[in-house]
Amino acid sequence: MVGLSTSEGLGAEPHKRTAIGSAMSVLNRLAGAPLLTRLGIKEPVDRVVYGATKAGFTLANRTFRATGSQTKPQRLPSAGDSGVFDLNPTEDQQLIVETVREFAAGELRPAASAADDKCSAPPELLSTATSLGVTLVGVPESLGGVATDRSTMTNVLVASALAEGDLGLALACLAPAAVSNALVLWGDEDQQATYLPAFVGDDVPAAALAIQEPRAVFDPFSLRTKAYRTAGGFVLDGVKSLVPRAAAGELFVVAADLEGRGPALFLVESSTAGVSAEAEPAMGLRAAGTGRLVLSKVTVASTALLGGADAGVYAECVRLARLGWCALAVGTGQAVLSYVTGYVNDRVAFGEPVSHRQGVAFKVADIGTELDGMRLVTWRAAALAARGLPFAREVALARKLCADKGMAIGSDGVQLLGGHGFVKEHPVERWYRDLRAVGLMEGAVLV
Amino acid sequence: MINLEVPKKYRTLVDQARQAAVAFLRPNSRKYDQAEHTYPKELDTLAALLDGLSASGGGAGTGGVRRSAGKRKKGEVVNGSNMSLALGTMEMCWGDAGLLLSMPRQGLGNAAIASVADEDQLARYKGKWAAMAITEPDTGSDSGAIRTTAVRDGDFYVLNGEKIFVTSGERADCVVVWATLDRAKGKAAIKSFVVDRDTPGFELVRLEHKLGIRASDTAHFRLDNVRVPASNLLGSPEILPDKGFAGVMQTFDNTRPLVAAMAVGIAKAALEETRRLLAEADIEIDYDRPANSQPAAAAAFIEMEADYESAYLLTLQAAWMADNGKPNSLQASYAKAKAGRSTTSITLRCVELCGSIGYAEHDLLEKWSRDAKIMDIFEGTQQIQQLIIARRLLGKTSAELK
Repeated sequence: MVGLSTSEGLGAEPHKRTAIGSAMSVLNRLAGAPLLTRLGIKEPVDRVVYGATKAGFTLANRTFRATGSQTKPQRLPSAGDSGVFDLNPTEDQQLIVETVREFAAGELRPAASAADDKCSAPPELLSTATSLGVTLVGVPESLGGVATDRSTMTNVLVASALAEGDLGLALACLAPAAVSNALVLWGDEDQQATYLPAFVGDDVPAAALAIQEPRAVFDPFSLRTKAYRTAGGFVLDGVKSLVPRAAAGELFVVAADLEGRGPALFLVESSTAGVSAEAEPAMGLRAAGTGRLVLSKVTVASTALLGGADAGVYAECVRLARLGWCALAVGTGQAVLSYVTGYVNDRVAFGEPVSHRQGVAFKVADIGTELDGMRLVTWRAAALAARGLPFAREVALARKLCADKGMAIGSDGVQLLGGHGFVKEHPVERWYRDLRAVGLMEGAVLV
Repeated sequence: MINLEVPKKYRTLVDQARQAAVAFLRPNSRKYDQAEHTYPKELDTLAALLDGLSASGGGAGTGGVRRSAGKRKKGEVVNGSNMSLALGTMEMCWGDAGLLLSMPRQGLGNAAIASVADEDQLARYKGKWAAMAITEPDTGSDSGAIRTTAVRDGDFYVLNGEKIFVTSGERADCVVVWATLDRAKGKAAIKSFVVDRDTPGFELVRLEHKLGIRASDTAHFRLDNVRVPASNLLGSPEILPDKGFAGVMQTFDNTRPLVAAMAVGIAKAALEETRRLLAEADIEIDYDRPANSQPAAAAAFIEMEADYESAYLLTLQAAWMADNGKPNSLQASYAKAKAGRSTTSITLRCVELCGSIGYAEHDLLEKWSRDAKIMDIFEGTQQIQQLIIARRLLGKTSAELK
């Protein structure tokens, strides 16, 4: 038979194994393991991929306890409106971004390759990021942070600056801020009093926003993780996917479908019975130590519900997370552009730098053009969000643009280095892997 | 403080431009697409109206595209004429790009005059309609290689050569003609001269028949010993190796964002119409649900709108930079490259999505997809923009990166 009839099509039916196929499969099982062992490959592979699974069950056990007393939740006022089209960040924003960019170039970039290998971020880098105020910029002054108005724009600039160093490490640094930002935006006075003090202290807890679920064509507005009401609160059941620093996490904001109400957010401490983490290393974002968060009949109090199961709150959460991914894509795209610019100018072929060829130079031009567009579309959405205005359309467009063009930039980044781009001597192959995440990730960051 | 919304002070202007587009351009859009080479007389009324609304932003013309808006306090961010012109142009081209290009007194020549003329010349050509003649039969993007010559003869220059692709060349009062004082001296010797249409020897060869923007006439001229007063030379008559051509090209730094704005306007028209037709076919766009969970047509729409948004903001960025005295050559090319290619692909895809409604002449979608293509060609093709961008990003000269 030549070709496929329309009723079949690729993947329409499971592959049928023939006798030869079965034999090959057996051979593979016999031959595979010893060969790997002989080459000394198997052990390190196992350690990386499965090691975190064991560690995952010993989740940290911090006790979060309400300190101080608030009578009402502290919210940040919307950013002002100058009425003038302006692309200049404020002086404060410039200062923060400069500092973060220095940190990203000086510390994140050099550590990125090893962190990618190990599937974890060096703790000292995470604590430096904390001391730079990555979490504080979103928390109001009255709660120990530094923010005076809604920080979405600043958060976007910070995320981009971090990702210019390394996307995986940026994600590891930003994961706790997703939770603190959510608490600032939607936490009630008790939730803020219980959890936020830890996020403005020296020892910021590992924390993450868990929305993603492991299935094809995942839609965050149609969740399989379920929350059932009980007498004293809720029971949560389900699996969350690609949760950053899952194994180390102490506090999670988990998205689950609340029976009868639709998707809602729940604060879940890792010490709660029934919460476990499994390593889920992926093609990229490896420095963030991604894992699955397994919730099996997890009982939480009624106070765990964040934002009162309001559909608007949940939609805003999804949007702000997507916006965070756009910001990360912009930073990573900038890293690609800087790197390939240097490379194609240095690399000589046929007697001159390869950048003298239009086939090479035009790819660089397209990276520059699309990247600047990605930045502006992301900024527009962020500026609207900071002012408390509707931004659903703008964030959807930013996500589509950053997903498509970001991936194209990642692919061209490797292409421009040719075979050298394919090997790990250069960071472009890592950016290729990392940028694939932008179009599919939900949650994990929140600006 | 970062803010990418239309400035408060220009919201009225945008609204007026849209109303003008609705009242004058859309209703005549198909008419002059079919009646190519017929003068759209309705534009006289519209032009008079726009002259009344001084900051109409109708085209590149009377307002000019001079850099740095003048009085600006240090550190202060302003939104000025480049921004208002870009915004107005988008709305007008939402109406009809061909008709906008035919607007009396709004020609590219007017932009050149407004950008580089001295006070005396400004006064002399006030209220005149000026077209621009650069391209020659053998010289397209390579405008440094033009062959039309200008030879000094007393108080006159004598021009000889051939010019093609002159927008509104026949309808305009005068044409800004690019010519070289000395071909051996290269780009520095290229100057622009204002030639009145009735000057002896300035002969119209023909008007072109085109794929799109058919309301806008495109003239082909022959210059046979055309005598132009020396005072009609724009800028300095001296051949300065450092400055000459750059001065002429400066016009383009300022007009590229306007062509980008035209492209953005066409894309907006096509997207709005497509969205309406999709809704009639029960396809709604949901910005929250993942594109991949929506009908393919909805996903395609979001993808197109994302490209539109990028082109729109890149255009405003280039205009904003010009208004604030920031060098914007790179960003002007970003805008032109992105808007040109995106608008072409968006309008063509809109036709595809809308099926026979899109393809047939009952609707304007097919027209917009024909009009769009020129946006990726004139004022520097896609490939010329890529060259400009690549040279800037890579730090290459035109000798290194050809």
